[in-house]
Amino acid sequence: MAVYEQAYKRYAGKLTPEWSRFLIIPRHAYRAVFNSKLFTAFFVICFIPLLVEAILIYLHHNFTALIAMKINVRDLFPVDGSFFQTFVNIQGGFAFFVALLLGPPLVSRDLRNNALPLYLCRPFSRTEYVMGKMSVILILLSAITWIPQLLLFLFQSYLEGFTWFRTNLWIASAIFIGSVVWILLLALLSQTISALVKWRIVASAALLGLFFIPSVLGEFINIVFQTRWGNIISLGALMKNVTAGLFGTFDRVSGTLRITDFDDNIVREVLLIEPPLWCSWAVLFVICAICLAVLHWKVKAYEVVR
Amino acid sequence: MELSEHGAIRKSMALPAAVPEEPIKAQLALTEPPVIDLHGLSVSFGRRQILKNLRGDLRGKAIGLLGPNGAGKTTLIHTLLGFHPPAAGTAQIFGLDITDDAKQIKSLIGYMPERDSFIAKMSAVHFVRLMGELSGLPPEAALERAHEALFYVGLGEARYRRLETYSLGMKQLAKLAQAIVHGPKLIFLDEPTNGLDPPARLRMIKLIREIRDSGQAQIVLSSHLLLDVEECCDEILILRDGQIAVYCNLEEERKSNRKFLMLETRGDQEKFLKALAKLGCEYALSGGNRLKIVLQEGVEVRDLYRLADEEQVQLRRLSYKRDSLEDIFLKAMENGYGGL
Repeated sequence: MAVYEQAYKRYAGKLTPEWSRFLIIPRHAYRAVFNSKLFTAFFVICFIPLLVEAILIYLHHNFTALIAMKINVRDLFPVDGSFFQTFVNIQGGFAFFVALLLGPPLVSRDLRNNALPLYLCRPFSRTEYVMGKMSVILILLSAITWIPQLLLFLFQSYLEGFTWFRTNLWIASAIFIGSVVWILLLALLSQTISALVKWRIVASAALLGLFFIPSVLGEFINIVFQTRWGNIISLGALMKNVTAGLFGTFDRVSGTLRITDFDDNIVREVLLIEPPLWCSWAVLFVICAICLAVLHWKVKAYEVVR
Repeated sequence: MELSEHGAIRKSMALPAAVPEEPIKAQLALTEPPVIDLHGLSVSFGRRQILKNLRGDLRGKAIGLLGPNGAGKTTLIHTLLGFHPPAAGTAQIFGLDITDDAKQIKSLIGYMPERDSFIAKMSAVHFVRLMGELSGLPPEAALERAHEALFYVGLGEARYRRLETYSLGMKQLAKLAQAIVHGPKLIFLDEPTNGLDPPARLRMIKLIREIRDSGQAQIVLSSHLLLDVEECCDEILILRDGQIAVYCNLEEERKSNRKFLMLETRGDQEKFLKALAKLGCEYALSGGNRLKIVLQEGVEVRDLYRLADEEQVQLRRLSYKRDSLEDIFLKAMENGYGGL
């Protein structure tokens, strides 16, 4: 079928391995994504906290620099689990906004343009399609969450020595699991909303609403019922607890609520007890299962009218 | 009238679906493996049965899929593509089962959907390249073939334009390009000429015929436009109410109708008809003084002239009538399933 021949000819060359075909989607998607200067600029900004993290780690081990900058080593945060947890949470926030910008049009655009039959009439399954679309988000979010964080962990280990690396290996696993759970949740939720809503703006608003409305409602439940069980419907709070659990900073008693009379005398003290960790994991698991079920229902070549 | 016609035609072109145990065979190319082999294929959407126990071997180079709206043409294509699971039975494409070997089948086929189907915000060459890659072509080969496919369908000059800016005719051609970019062995074309103006339609038909004649790919063309099917296909499958009404080889059918005559007479037609019946000819009145006759073996045209002379009937017009696709289609729609 050469251009000058103008004749139909079958393809007889090599084929790519089937397992790798889902990666075609992110490769093509990134061309469009990074065409947007605004997105590229925002993506670069996402690396600033990581740069700060790297500088802080470096300063911890460079007394000459500390002296030159007149900084007391005690003023710096210790580089421990909490240090990495803080940056995991910060990067998680950035990851949310990247997912918000990137996720909503991914499936909805294909649904709006009836593109699914074109994908699915090829040796490309629905699972591969969902994997491909999710990997658009997962790869980018990995690039700003667990991959650089683990590199910084290795950087810290290099500066601190092998003993530190060995005793703090659990931090690496906490960084990895915490980040992966978060970006997986973001990818699944954004794909699900994208599959349900055909318009990008509505899908973005729905994703934003899904995070903020339950958080507000949860906080309202917490205040009214003097409990922390409202956190069970707040995705942010769920992830915070899960990450705290992974970094070993989770405490079920998250505070005390003092009820006072008009003279400020304490009438009653209520311990604010967080839901157990397994509850947070279970809710996240249920959310992911629902997302997968919706994707299974919506990602079809054609909607069948029964 | 219909009875006299049916007997003759049924022998050569169609088997009734009323006896579904007998697979429908095309008269030609029985030695070649079937392109599509239907084994009691049924498809239901909820309680609604769309395709009912379809059986037959489709072997043509270009198979036309005909039927009125809602007959199940698109559902049949979608089922063969693996979009809908069969409720009962199965089908094979090139000997591969549509449920068990779906991925293998999909690497052999190309599909041009009926509706507008695109990936937004892409130039035509990017779109066709992506489709090529998804079919398993390495990126460089996919890009090369995307250019070739777009030139082949006549979109060479417009290949860097975004698909959203394309006219309807151009979009149809882009859809054809994505269906052939990976050089499939079988191409499903669902209403390829929908909404095209006459020159664009002619161009599409020309391309389909070229692909067919190249011998590199077989084609299944679904259309409700009989002319398109007649121009492109050598075999037709007519669906009615989810069942096979007719499956025939058009060329064979045309050849078999060489003994099918149209007559216009003046005079006592009754006597002439009785004489015809005595001669063993099947006939049918087709309004006014017109007659359709199927000449039996051993009966020649001169016998008709002799008969007309004997019965004092004038023969004003005599011509060989070849069944057009329209005739076949209309008869399939008038009659019961499979009965022609």
